[in-house]
Amino acid sequence: MKNYLEFEKPLAEIEGKAEELRALARQNDEMDVEKEASALDAKAETLLKDLYADLSPWRKCQVARHPERPHCKDYIEALFTEYTPLAGDRNFADDHAVMGGLARLGDRSVVVIGHEKGHDTNTRIERNFGMARPEGYRKAVRLMDLAHRFNLPVVTLVDTPGAYPGKGAEERGQSEAIARSTQKCLEIGVPLVSVIIGEGGSGGAVAFATANRVAMLEHSIYSVISPEGCASILWKDAEKMREAAEALRLTAQDLHKLGVCDRIIKEPFGGAQRDPKAAIEAVGKAVEAILDDLSKLDGPALIKDRRQKYLDLGAQGLAA
Amino acid sequence: MNWISNYVRPRINSIFSRREVPENLWTKCPECGTMLFHRELSDNFNVCSNCDHHMAMSPRERFGALFDGGVFSEVQVPEPIADPLHFRDQKRYPDRMREARRTTGEKEAMLVAEGEMMRTPVVAACQDFSFMAGSMGMYVGNAIIAAAERAVQMRRPLVLFSAAGGARMQEGILSLMQMPRTTVAVEMLKEAGLPYIVVLTHPTTGGVTASYAMLGDLHIAEPNALICFAGPRVIEQTIREKLPEGFQRAEYLLDHGMLDRVTHRKDMKEELVTVIRMMMNMPPAIKGDLPAPEVEPEQPEPAETS
Repeated sequence: MKNYLEFEKPLAEIEGKAEELRALARQNDEMDVEKEASALDAKAETLLKDLYADLSPWRKCQVARHPERPHCKDYIEALFTEYTPLAGDRNFADDHAVMGGLARLGDRSVVVIGHEKGHDTNTRIERNFGMARPEGYRKAVRLMDLAHRFNLPVVTLVDTPGAYPGKGAEERGQSEAIARSTQKCLEIGVPLVSVIIGEGGSGGAVAFATANRVAMLEHSIYSVISPEGCASILWKDAEKMREAAEALRLTAQDLHKLGVCDRIIKEPFGGAQRDPKAAIEAVGKAVEAILDDLSKLDGPALIKDRRQKYLDLGAQGLAA
Repeated sequence: MNWISNYVRPRINSIFSRREVPENLWTKCPECGTMLFHRELSDNFNVCSNCDHHMAMSPRERFGALFDGGVFSEVQVPEPIADPLHFRDQKRYPDRMREARRTTGEKEAMLVAEGEMMRTPVVAACQDFSFMAGSMGMYVGNAIIAAAERAVQMRRPLVLFSAAGGARMQEGILSLMQMPRTTVAVEMLKEAGLPYIVVLTHPTTGGVTASYAMLGDLHIAEPNALICFAGPRVIEQTIREKLPEGFQRAEYLLDHGMLDRVTHRKDMKEELVTVIRMMMNMPPAIKGDLPAPEVEPEQPEPAETS
């Protein structure tokens, strides 16, 4: 059973019909439905292209949160070899919403860190839907320190609705943990590349994405607040999320114009969820290209580059 | 909502409830309900004399009380581009800004100043909660960077008074980017070996807490200030249970190791000066309310010795 988004309903209908026809033909040898079925396929493909050619910001949010979109774990498994997960913040616990460890990307040793949302009910609960607690950020700080000491580039994969708003998280200093993680991002003398693979949710994303280069998948989003949250505060109506998504300028394309995103990684047609392998490969290529580029800079230059990037940010705004 | 309730009713109300006393002479303490005379209140740094509730204080009032003789000079903040996203919710962002400027008389949500506290030179930045909930946008980011740069240039400590509802949504991602930007400012101070002291006032929440407000060398809070990342309402909605009394208040954070001290407003100045002078290896301060520093007389040219 495929997962269709609300705006993909017409597509679901056509693809469903084609599937039905084929199923019928399998039971009945004399029937030849291939012609009709491929006509439906063609129709579905055109529709898909049309739908995805110009996604509204709110639709992009839906695609970015698509449950079948490849998640951090999928990227790590497919792109890296010898991935060795490292656990714990050495203070309190290990946060399963944050994955991280040593790994090889091509012939480079790197430290990889990312938010993992999980892919079914059990793993989602285990991963807390990708919402990290202070321990997650403190683990990230530890891993970034490790990367700095052993001169390993850091790759972060961002996919989180935001930091977890829970009682324990607040008690243990959620804000301080996020602030320290952002600060650590700015302090390490190794290349830091961040890829927003789905949802870049507010401070919980910044804590990992304060990088030399921030790349975003074509249909990923990065925002100060969720469109629903923004709508309920500014419109006093959570149902106005379409308007809020529009106003917030949270798409990769707008963020590229604003200079927040340095590079947009193209997704397969119909979004990463339709061809995870292709999406993962595209991310791998982009990360390697960025790391090649950054390898020309030494430690102090990398720190300076990162700081300057953020100091300069926002000077021009969106062109009218 | 219609024109009857929006327009007619307030007019009728205003006819029947004409005030007998001029406005602003008395303030009711929101905590205990005591009526406080305005002069008494300002002499007491906007703290209720009955229940010690710390009310809001504008940056100018605060600086007036902190600096010797109430004298300070403003540090110029580079002006960011206005309304970078052409943001519009139910109102246009420029209209909201105009409204905030009109009601506060301030340009933006942060004021940066330099001056002397008990003859101790400092740079201070203060967030203004009455200006769009003190929200952190590009201007606030620029203000903190300007404050840090000035502190580094003058070799002075930076004291920052935080108060904010979080990031300014109307600047979208650019407000979020003030988290790393202001962290760069903190790094400048750290590298220069200068004290960075955060005074957390009510309320300090969201992206502000999760960046510069939690990166101080010292964290001092005012009593009962709400300090958090996620607000109590959001948490109650998430975990569906009532939060304990005092949750996320200054004393609670002190108990949980997030603050160094909780200090009454009337003792704040002396405490800041005391710790700054120790951190900077200066001799103890001459304490008390000092007049404004005299302008240094021009040093006579040293006589030529031949």
